[in-house]
Amino acid sequence: MRFSALKRDERAGYEGHIVPASSLLEVAKALRDEDGFDLLSSVTAVDYLTDNEEEESFFEVVYHLYKSTGGGAEVLRVQVPRENPVVPSLVELYPGADFQEREAWDLMGIKFEGHPDLRRILMWEGFAGHPLRKDWKEVYFEEEAKPFGNRWPGGQVYRVEDQNPYGKNNQYPDGFDPESWVETEDPLLYENLEKAAREYTEDIDTEQVVVNLGPQHPSTHGVFRMAVRLDGETIVALKPVMGYLHRNHEKIGERNTYIMNMPFTDRLDYLASMSNNFGYALAVEKLMGDKVAPPERAEYLRVIMAELTRISNHLWAIGFLLNDLGAFFTPALYAIEERELILDIFEATAGSRMMCNYFRFGGVARDLPAGILPRMKDLVNERLPRKIDELDLYLSENELVRSRGEGVGIITPEDAIAFSATGPVLRASGVPYDIRRADPYSIYDRFKFDVAVRYHGDVYDRYMIRVDEMRQSLRILKQALKDLPEGEILTGHNPYQVRVPAGEAYGRVEGPKGELGYYIVSNGKPSPWRYHVRAPSFINLTILEKMCVGQKVADVVVNLGSIDIVLGEVDR
Amino acid sequence: MYGLGILKGMWVTLTHFVDTFVDDLRWLGRRYYTPEGIAHRSSKDSRGIFTVQYPEEKLPVPEEFRYIPFLIYDIDENGEHQDRCTSCGICAKVCPPQCIWIVRTEDPETKRPVPEPVEFFIDIDICMNCGYCSEYCPFQAIRMDHDYELSSFDRHAEHIFNKERLSKPAAYYNEIRPVNFAIDEAERAEKAAKKAGN
Ligand code: SF4
Ligand code: SF4
Repeated sequence: MRFSALKRDERAGYEGHIVPASSLLEVAKALRDEDGFDLLSSVTAVDYLTDNEEEESFFEVVYHLYKSTGGGAEVLRVQVPRENPVVPSLVELYPGADFQEREAWDLMGIKFEGHPDLRRILMWEGFAGHPLRKDWKEVYFEEEAKPFGNRWPGGQVYRVEDQNPYGKNNQYPDGFDPESWVETEDPLLYENLEKAAREYTEDIDTEQVVVNLGPQHPSTHGVFRMAVRLDGETIVALKPVMGYLHRNHEKIGERNTYIMNMPFTDRLDYLASMSNNFGYALAVEKLMGDKVAPPERAEYLRVIMAELTRISNHLWAIGFLLNDLGAFFTPALYAIEERELILDIFEATAGSRMMCNYFRFGGVARDLPAGILPRMKDLVNERLPRKIDELDLYLSENELVRSRGEGVGIITPEDAIAFSATGPVLRASGVPYDIRRADPYSIYDRFKFDVAVRYHGDVYDRYMIRVDEMRQSLRILKQALKDLPEGEILTGHNPYQVRVPAGEAYGRVEGPKGELGYYIVSNGKPSPWRYHVRAPSFINLTILEKMCVGQKVADVVVNLGSIDIVLGEVDR
Repeated sequence: MYGLGILKGMWVTLTHFVDTFVDDLRWLGRRYYTPEGIAHRSSKDSRGIFTVQYPEEKLPVPEEFRYIPFLIYDIDENGEHQDRCTSCGICAKVCPPQCIWIVRTEDPETKRPVPEPVEFFIDIDICMNCGYCSEYCPFQAIRMDHDYELSSFDRHAEHIFNKERLSKPAAYYNEIRPVNFAIDEAERAEKAAKKAGN
């Protein structure tokens, strides 16, 4: 490479380059402007803590850069000492780094120099420490990794709740008094709102008010809050506040064994558990290598389940977008009827409607039970096409939907890429980037389908693109169901503890909401050393403020609905 | 023409409304509260509303449906209960939220472990219904139940299931999961044959 500062990562099982913190900005800028790596997909950090005297402990910030025209990743890593770790912020170059850097600060305690709004994002101010650090322990700490020793053979049962009673289950930072702390004085949040507002109204001084939409608000699809600064009805600044559903999925994942994480991924985006399983299985299979290459039939089943999930997710997204528009529940319930039939299939095959836990390393857990294949075929060939057409007829030309959607919340293609938006949000802005085509995984390269694109980047197009995508998914499903081969569904014998060689892997799939990635670092032990989820709902929210500024309060709700978030995945 | 889109939409809602009544008439008296009626309502040919009048009527659950695990015992010639579980501990080790607690039996004289657990607990408040215990049990001893109506008045007292509460006869297993039961029986027979051959 032309940078003398870049060093190839020589560790076994690793790829990409190590960059000194001082030249990160320069390298990233060149990669973006000269080499076309314009999509910063994932930013995360790993704590390489060691008690070995001869090795050094350090933090590593890992960046996965992609081209919006397709292809593989360029991985950059910056290594910084564990004491006072500082890394330059990439927000200037890639605004999509905003929330991800805040997350790395919040959970790992890495300072991003030059970040305009570096404060906690998932935890609250009364939280002591940075929980993803390897030396951080919660108040009630059982053991470093599962399985816990006291469950067998001498399992004297107790309730964890009793060991960890309410009131004693928290630790606060020094000098923090939860009793006297008042949320409305949260200085950082409001200061930043004001800063953003000042940029908006340079000339005249008008009376502005701050309104909190949420955390309990019918439009937020869960517990999510938007602090907005209003000039009359017009938004001048907006800051999303999240983390109310945070459970530190990643820390749990680092204490679980590899196989235990599978059902936990169901709980990320609980409307699309099959997709979540898919991404995680791909990442671990990458690490484990060819000995867990799934057999043909399993690959088909995986694709079938993932596409059915996409349809059910988009039905839900459209239904609830219409709810946000004020068409209360009739469209949503029509859409959910069809989703119900898809969930019936999941239930009969995987055993659960939503928490499917269906994928295993090297295949899937169960074969289709008798009688399910004809039902799937009926659904895919007859019912769903009819019902999607009906939905289209029902809503797409409705003048109210059009006038509330057209020209609202416009995202330009440049912004969409810069803010790391993925999935329908990106494609509705005219960027035909779909990982199933851009960086094909599994057997997607065998199917004929088009990448759906729309060009206005407004709410209406984000609605239409979901209708388009459902039709494309049906095309894939028809082919897959027709060609579904007989045979094995799992390579190997499905051991309860898998051996994963040391190294790292980033597995990503085109989930219904966007790029769902899993970054896993293994050190050869039964549990992953680092387990990070690149959550599309979370990162797509980065652009929300930009979409909303200058629009009316009522449009905020619609804009949020058109991104399609699930708080289980945003907050993790 | 402005308003045409809205009219089209209203046409769709009207068809839904009419379809429900047409389906009601076609299935006169059988659409609700009968097994065929329920099956029809959730089939591809169903038109109109789907609603199932729970708890008066219930959707049948498919065989693979999983909820809380249960332990299987066989009944021997003397009418004694024989636990299939050997307290090998694999389920406790693979359980993702670690909600299985097993006390292994020791022979009072030799101090060697004997198959059959003294106690077996599952904290069902924590169980995430993943099905791993059943999937990885090498002795076909623990399987996923279909009973989902488990609400109680006092979760502190009632939600840790002990061995007694968890144990159910093999016949019950056969009743709720006939296909899986047949597969398990075949495997057990094969194992027994191998043992006898040795
Ligand atoms: S895995 Fe099966 S045999 Fe082993 S302890 Fe669990 S239930 Fe008993
Ligand atoms: S179903 Fe899963 S969570 Fe529940 S007891 Fe079995 S292994 Fe544990």
